[in-house]
Amino acid sequence: MNETVSQTRTGDYLVRARDLNVAFVSREATVNAVNGIDLDLAFGEVLCILGESGSGKSVTLRALMRLNPKGKTVMSGELSVAGHDMMALPDSMLTSVRGREVSMIFQEPMTALDPVFTIGRQIGETIVRHEGISRREAEQRALDLLELVQIPSAKRRLSAYPHELSGGLRQRAMIAMAISCRPKLLLADEPTTALDATVQIQILLLLRRLQQELGMGVIFVTHDLGVAGEIADRIAVMYAGRMVEQASVTDFITRPLHPYAQGLMGATVHSGMRGHRLTTIPGSPPDLRLPISGCAFAARCPHVVNACRAALPPFRHPEPGRAVRCVRFEEAA
Amino acid sequence: MFYYVVRRIIYIIPISLAVSLVCFLLVHIAPGDPIDAMVAPDTPPVVIEQVRAQFGLDQPLPVQFGIWLAKVVQGDLGNSLIKGRPIAADLLSASANTFILAMTGGLLGVLIGCVFGGIAGVYRGTWIDRVLLGTAVAGVSVPHYWLGMVMVIIFSVNLNLLPAMGAGPGGSTEWAWDWAHIQFLILPSITLCVIPAGLVTRTVRGLVSDIMSQDFITTLRGKGLRRSGIINHVIQNAAPTVLAVIGLQLANLMGGSILVETVFAWPGTGMMLNNAIFQRDIPVLQATTLVLALFFVVLNLVVDLIQTAIDPRIIRR
Repeated sequence: MNETVSQTRTGDYLVRARDLNVAFVSREATVNAVNGIDLDLAFGEVLCILGESGSGKSVTLRALMRLNPKGKTVMSGELSVAGHDMMALPDSMLTSVRGREVSMIFQEPMTALDPVFTIGRQIGETIVRHEGISRREAEQRALDLLELVQIPSAKRRLSAYPHELSGGLRQRAMIAMAISCRPKLLLADEPTTALDATVQIQILLLLRRLQQELGMGVIFVTHDLGVAGEIADRIAVMYAGRMVEQASVTDFITRPLHPYAQGLMGATVHSGMRGHRLTTIPGSPPDLRLPISGCAFAARCPHVVNACRAALPPFRHPEPGRAVRCVRFEEAA
Repeated sequence: MFYYVVRRIIYIIPISLAVSLVCFLLVHIAPGDPIDAMVAPDTPPVVIEQVRAQFGLDQPLPVQFGIWLAKVVQGDLGNSLIKGRPIAADLLSASANTFILAMTGGLLGVLIGCVFGGIAGVYRGTWIDRVLLGTAVAGVSVPHYWLGMVMVIIFSVNLNLLPAMGAGPGGSTEWAWDWAHIQFLILPSITLCVIPAGLVTRTVRGLVSDIMSQDFITTLRGKGLRRSGIINHVIQNAAPTVLAVIGLQLANLMGGSILVETVFAWPGTGMMLNNAIFQRDIPVLQATTLVLALFFVVLNLVVDLIQTAIDPRIIRR
């Protein structure tokens, strides 16, 4: 392929992953956490990755900035983020991309902040690192950021330690830190899961507002369908380290196609559920230490046929912008 | 914070009282009559009683304690039974010598421990870690009087590089920071540094690898911090605990160098204590033990205060 062509093609996308694999290797076993994921994200788009614990969604997210533990992680495939070839980027340049062009919000705001550094210093540190301004100026920027994420009496909070703030405020501080250098891509790893229900909504609304104001692309990992519907443009469902369905949020919520996605919907409280019983998905996800042939969901699927177990079903595209990895989605729907 | 400091300093008083009581009693609980050590074996009982009265050893224990304590508070630690001289002056110069040895050995040990432990913690599970940890375990396990003797045999006897005994040329006990004196310090301080080096290595290694596996390290990597920036965070997280261990180690060295001081004939409190035990010189034993114990108490206080000052998670009112 021609060099310029490949650049313009990756230039159209904020994130472009092709056949992305992530495996964790230890002496005892190899865990294939992510198996051949294709992912595109346009500038300013919000994608939600949906899936249960252990489906590889957090690992995928971390892989986008090569944040999985070094030395234990083996990555392969193609990955370009904000125009950088992440697979080839040397470590020295990787640290300049992280925090400036791509940054991340974590699930646990308690443990994800350094307990012995003040909030102001932790935010300022990122700005000093990437923009080379003085600590004093960075402190001022940190103050503006705290006001941007609506932390009350921001000035006082600047010199607070994480344990002196509530969970919601800590997560706001974490968000302020993540957006401090105006990244093009914000990765959010279940940022509302550890919070109270009322605080969850506030954080979601804040994230949506910031996304619109700053025009960031966002990839948002969650297992909460309600959260996904609230914030996403597009939804991707992961199961056992594979993408099984991708759709726009309205299409997905009105009519999920993959049996697993349907199972997720049936197990969630949402509008139009009155008078219906919540269903469960029987069984448990497969062991990722063992090789999986065919569809990983086959063992739990109510519509399973022999073809499902024989080979990995390819993506089908029933309508533009929709993809589903199921041989029987027409019957299942 | 101010009130905490004041209160913490006031606490020293009952602690010191208890310490001095224990020091006083221990000596009296121990078997053997100190008078026997002072007089000839065939001394008539009348004379023995006279000597006993002269030293106040015929009084009831509480009275003895009261008299002793009243003098101690005024800085009079009594006279040595053997030398007949006031203890305070001897103890002061011995403490100074011990302090020099303990600080040199201690700081050397802490330096080695922090470097070894830091590296082992960062590279946990690799061969580097195993080598450093093995060295640390060996350091803690080797009896240091044995190590001292081996070093004397190698460096003093065989290679004739360094002096084996004393704290200065010609058995001088006055310390000075010149090569003539420093060469006497080398072997004992290396011998002394081995145990704190091993302990600090293990502590720092555990702390560093624990901190490195915490979530916020991932956040720091995600922020784009370079290795040096992350190490800065690790150091500041580890500092309070490391400091506490260092403080206790230094306090230990002040009193725990008895064997090393004896092996190298270092004129410090350890040797003084050792001699006092063998000569049943009870006032010296009491005074030395008391001073060492008080030093321990004060160092604990200092560690506590520094820890409170540098760790924002500790709030003390």
